[in-house]
Amino acid sequence: MKVWLPLDSAAVALGADEIAEAIQSLAAQRGVDLTLVRNGSRGMVWLEPLAEVETPQGRMAFGPMTPEDVPALFGDLAAHPKALGRTEDLPWLKAQTRLTFARVGLTDPLSLQDYTAHGGLEGLKRALGMTPAEVVAEVTESGLRGRGGAGFPTGIKWKTVSEAKADRKYIVCNADEGDSATFADRMLMEGDPLTLIEGMAIAGLACGATKGFVYIRSEYPVAIRIMQEAVAVAQRAGILGTSVLGHGPAFDIEIRVGAGAYVCGEETSLLNSLEGKRGIVRAKPPLPALEGFLGKPTVVNNVISLASAPVIMAKGASHYKGFGLGRSRGTIPLQIAGNVRYGGLYEIAFGLTLDQIVNDIGGGTASGRPVKAVQVGGPLGAYFPASLFDTPFGYEEFAGKDGLIGHAGLTVFDDSADMLEMARFAMEFCAIESCGKCTPCRIGAVRGVETVDRIARGDSAAIPLLTDLCNTMKSGSLCALGGFTPYPVMSALTHFPDDFARAKEAAE
Amino acid sequence: MLDSAQTAERVTEILDRHRGMEGALLPILHAIQEDFGHIPQDALPIIARDLNLSRAEVHGVMSFYHDFRENPTGNHVLKLCRAEACKAMGADDLAAHARRELGIDWHETTRDGKVTLEPVFCLGLCACGPAAMVDGKLVGRVDAAKLSQIVGGLK
Repeated sequence: MKVWLPLDSAAVALGADEIAEAIQSLAAQRGVDLTLVRNGSRGMVWLEPLAEVETPQGRMAFGPMTPEDVPALFGDLAAHPKALGRTEDLPWLKAQTRLTFARVGLTDPLSLQDYTAHGGLEGLKRALGMTPAEVVAEVTESGLRGRGGAGFPTGIKWKTVSEAKADRKYIVCNADEGDSATFADRMLMEGDPLTLIEGMAIAGLACGATKGFVYIRSEYPVAIRIMQEAVAVAQRAGILGTSVLGHGPAFDIEIRVGAGAYVCGEETSLLNSLEGKRGIVRAKPPLPALEGFLGKPTVVNNVISLASAPVIMAKGASHYKGFGLGRSRGTIPLQIAGNVRYGGLYEIAFGLTLDQIVNDIGGGTASGRPVKAVQVGGPLGAYFPASLFDTPFGYEEFAGKDGLIGHAGLTVFDDSADMLEMARFAMEFCAIESCGKCTPCRIGAVRGVETVDRIARGDSAAIPLLTDLCNTMKSGSLCALGGFTPYPVMSALTHFPDDFARAKEAAE
Repeated sequence: MLDSAQTAERVTEILDRHRGMEGALLPILHAIQEDFGHIPQDALPIIARDLNLSRAEVHGVMSFYHDFRENPTGNHVLKLCRAEACKAMGADDLAAHARRELGIDWHETTRDGKVTLEPVFCLGLCACGPAAMVDGKLVGRVDAAKLSQIVGGLK
């Protein structure tokens, strides 16, 4: 009997380890020959822990599993109370276009055999037969843009590093996924770590870098463990080491762990942290592509950007580019979160409207109450009201509505949300996490909390002050933390003015 | 209590393990915290000397990051997510419940030394909030009853 049960953090947080124990002990009790594979999550978090059993008809899904549901897995599967049918037929999964996440949930994350059986290493092998300039051109042609949030063309960044002259160059993977509502990096690292390793090796070849770092936030213990094990697997197999796959140049990867500073998700702050310094933002220029880690040319890319390189190299730029909308090419792993009925990871071409994502895919709120707002792009993203739900998901499309897609996380709020409180929280968060280098962010965020508090007390004269402060932070801050905190604040104020119109007497 | 000779010995051993590493200070601080449960002040001059930094620089790095602590925690550490996706699912009420039940505020330890309460901004469990971490173990969809049960189990 072969059973899959995710090792993914979300599945574990919902009891997957206890289910695994129950399955193992029951199998031992009944003398059943059991193979239990801990896989990545299929991304349907409302069904976690999701167990899958291999049958002649395919992999059958059962979830959400409780310990009481375990004994029935050993009986008539069709009669199981949590039977969902074949996993691949589940509509939520079937409607997706999984390019970057193709293997997540399907394979044993640490099995190289599984990895290659499902198309792994094809991209790297093709890249090894090309010149660095050709690899860079292929990635540029695919239209891939930085999935961390900034949306900068990945190929252009690689080109800059590739053409820079230096004795050492580095590939740094930004896995400091600190934005609330985002968990794509975590799921990829836990569910298909070898894809990230392959992507970094491709970047190394393209840029002439011999050393890579993955900077993972400390809040992701499972991802850290799996990535460390996967690097060891790749080193043993010769994918990493003195010669990539035995006939390429040298490339190796080291896993580093953050220490709870949100601002280290900003690339220059991350580089300082990696160097063992305070995570203070650096002024640009110089660009990290020319003077990055230890002053050497460095690619700093998000997990999903790097993990998309293998499929682009394997299937070709035009295949990837064939998906999407406008200047947003390829697919995007949407992370649907917060107060939502069907939350999880949904990889699809750019271009769905917010309404389709929140109401059709997400099924509306978990509480059953009306949707009030959706924050798109994490703590630095704007709150969208239902009246803007026709906005198609793309970089330019969201920028046109004074928002951003960021790392593609969406937090759904029902009508009990107090948008003044959310605006206050955005400022409070910025004040806690500011690195302190620039004044608009360091002082502005503190004054922002105070100004929102004045509005909450019924002082409507503080509203223009808040608007003015937001303008200062937006144009005067050194990085996106201070520069983008005005997005949630101003969108809350603009779209939900009623929440800011506190009557003096009511408040006092 | 450790005397300073014992501290120095263990810190030196950790420093030796990280020799040759590029930008080793964070991994060193993590290793020291894992070993001691916190970062003893006595360790700072030893690290500083070894890495050719000033003690102030090492203190500056240590104090910049939320993870590194100068003092030991209680026997158990309860981290509750305060970020947006968990707030959308009632994290604020849950946090208020936790503070009431434990009788402490954020960053404090109960008087009996059992539990330290820490805020965390995102555990990546945003589709199954509110989320918590209890001594490194992840818990999703935490409500007041589940939290009381967790806290009860710790005492």
